[in-house]
Amino acid sequence: MVGGRESGFRINHVNESRRAFDEMHAGGGVRPAYAGIEAWLKAHGLEALAAKRAEAEALFRRVGITFAVYGEGGDPERLIPFDVIPRILARQEWDRLARGLTQRVKALNMFMADVYSKREILRAGLIPPSLVLQNEAFRPEMQGFTPPGGVYTHISGIDLVRTGPDDFYVLEDNCRTPSGVSYMLENREAMLRLFPQLCAGHRLMPVGHYPEELLETLKEAAPPNCQGEPCVAILTPGHYNSAYYEHCFLADEMGVEVVEGFDLFVEDAVVYMRTTAGPKRVDVLYRRLDDDYIDPLVFRPDSMLGVPGIFAAYRAGNITLANAPGAGIADDKAIYPFVPDMIRFYLDEAPLLQNVPTYLCERESDRAYVLEHLHELVVKLARGSGGYGMLIGPHSTAEQREEFARRIKARPADYIAQPTLALSTVPTLAGSGIAPRHVDLRPYILTGKDVRIVPGGLTRVALREGSLVVNSSQGGGTKDTWVLDDGPAPTQSQSQKMGG
Amino acid sequence: MLSRTADSLYWMGRYVERAGNLARGMQVALRMAGLASSLGGGVDEWRTLLVAAGAEPGFLAKHKEVTPEAVIRWLALDADNPSSIANCIEAARGNGRAVRTALTVDMWEALNDTWREMRAQAPTAAEPDRLPQFLEWVRARTLLFNGAAADTMLRNDGWRFTHLGVMLERADNTARLLDAKHETISGEGSEGAVAYAQWQALLRSVSALRSYQWIYHTRLQPKLVADLLILRPELPRSLLSCHSRVEQVLDRIAESNGGRRGEAHRLAGEIHARLRYGRIEEIMEGGLHAFLTQAINRNIDLGREITAFYLHG
Repeated sequence: MVGGRESGFRINHVNESRRAFDEMHAGGGVRPAYAGIEAWLKAHGLEALAAKRAEAEALFRRVGITFAVYGEGGDPERLIPFDVIPRILARQEWDRLARGLTQRVKALNMFMADVYSKREILRAGLIPPSLVLQNEAFRPEMQGFTPPGGVYTHISGIDLVRTGPDDFYVLEDNCRTPSGVSYMLENREAMLRLFPQLCAGHRLMPVGHYPEELLETLKEAAPPNCQGEPCVAILTPGHYNSAYYEHCFLADEMGVEVVEGFDLFVEDAVVYMRTTAGPKRVDVLYRRLDDDYIDPLVFRPDSMLGVPGIFAAYRAGNITLANAPGAGIADDKAIYPFVPDMIRFYLDEAPLLQNVPTYLCERESDRAYVLEHLHELVVKLARGSGGYGMLIGPHSTAEQREEFARRIKARPADYIAQPTLALSTVPTLAGSGIAPRHVDLRPYILTGKDVRIVPGGLTRVALREGSLVVNSSQGGGTKDTWVLDDGPAPTQSQSQKMGG
Repeated sequence: MLSRTADSLYWMGRYVERAGNLARGMQVALRMAGLASSLGGGVDEWRTLLVAAGAEPGFLAKHKEVTPEAVIRWLALDADNPSSIANCIEAARGNGRAVRTALTVDMWEALNDTWREMRAQAPTAAEPDRLPQFLEWVRARTLLFNGAAADTMLRNDGWRFTHLGVMLERADNTARLLDAKHETISGEGSEGAVAYAQWQALLRSVSALRSYQWIYHTRLQPKLVADLLILRPELPRSLLSCHSRVEQVLDRIAESNGGRRGEAHRLAGEIHARLRYGRIEEIMEGGLHAFLTQAINRNIDLGREITAFYLHG
């Protein structure tokens, strides 16, 4: 599934589309980055575009890029709608984002290293200790242990939304097992096949090297006791998992094994995979399995998906788990409001990316404000996944607001609230015409010895009119994300010169 | 290669082959049942097939009486029969899907389309006028899958474990088919029109009726039928052919996994050698049924050794 912590995701900010920033047409004309798209659309028209969409769908079906949805009836292996009009960022816009993302992820990693050891940020009084220490995402088992290089979140997905030419906000951090990167890669492949000339006419910054960067990142995370070339593997919950295709795809691209829990065993605190050539030692495990399930000896004892003893092997320095157990403390919704403070505290820098203002209902003053402004706020559970327990103020009824007021008063610590944002739109092929649709952006940030980001990320688009829900299970689709390198676009691709 | 991947490929191969073999067996039983009245009765084809498929105990646990309708349903579709054609296809596809990156696109499509079509036609497949077409379809899909594997798989361990599963299953099937008819070959019933029709049916079920003529150029004789199915290297479904491939493939697997060998390799070699240097006269003297019972048991032992050595890491 695209988005979320494996389990799903929604954008819950409502706006009036009238006010929304149109990334292609803002300011009365076509913004420069979209000039090539404008020209293509003028020259080829809607029908050609619709034909390309049909071609794209056939392509995705054939390759088998599906996400699995079991237990809901219907086709258990579904296709995510792909919109053929790309979402485009200028190099300059991207560079600014990339700096902000790098800064943010550095701070998040430093935060985790801190709260699992000296807790300086708590002692400095910047974050209420109870928010961290009593948080379900906080793993006491991780205390007094520093993962290789002090990295906790090796692969992060930071969800960004935009409200104006220069206004980007971080909507959510994902430091556990962010998914969707395979769509970023497949979308680009599809565009290169469907629109070779259009692509050649733009200076697209490539994304195809992501798997190599990922492999490098994982190798750099090798544990202290690793000898020689690190053996990397991906741990999947199995083929019933919605992101199973992605797990296989990344394993294939990196040339590593995709393993399930019972493919691994631990002996003398060393992790091995069972192969036809006998046990093979594993050094780095890119696990796409939640903390809870990873080791029944330490976390959920009823987990059939994990590996008994792997956590002890981890602490003994015999294997690296990426991302680290307990990394969820950094992307918790109750912690999110404090990320700008973390950046100032650990890096002594001003935050380059803004947070969406967030009210913690646990705080008395915030709570009073929230209760008075329910009709214009989005209220959500501080933790917990899925769309459960969410109130979208402007779309709510009086009864719903009363119900939420009761719940907030009963369990204030469980709720946060945010103002509604006017999310930007990008033209999208909807039904029989092109119409603006809301988008977000999830760049993937890799942290090894250095921070690496391939330009762009996954653009998710809400395909229904007025909808802000980009979740793939609720009618959300994806677009290719182009970052255009500076300088004039080449008018044609290079060709071999004959004679001379 | 991961043991789990090898395990899935091996079982995918076995289940596809098993589905095909069942369809073959049922095709022949149908034909024999059609001839029963002209042969003067005494033909209990469906019971024989149940025994050959190793499905009799399960069947009798659920049914009091062996009727053609009940056996057909049990072998083709019954969810309670782990080796029904429908369940074999389900299991093969499940194994394939679990290791999808180890399959080629052609194999996956052959497997996945079979699975989808099976689901679509399951409600009516066992109806008398639909059954022959259904069995032919299963046979054709098995051939397609084996062809896709042979034509498109890299010749690495993925191919070897798939092929190993197919060959072991095929050897098992040939031995069981022959054993189910041993009385018509070496016992009291080995003469007359009924016996003759049985030999024909047996050969037909392994696509070997014409092959018999090409090799022996003579009318059917029980000893030669047994010789063909057990000892002839030319027949791809003979025990010798299957076990020759099994030994070879196991040997290649050992080579590509650091030369490690175990009981599985020794046993495969021994089984192969006995077949390769065996003589049909001796087998018949010692008793065909005893020989085949041993062959089936050793095949089971071999499967167990392979599992212990490679598939469960």
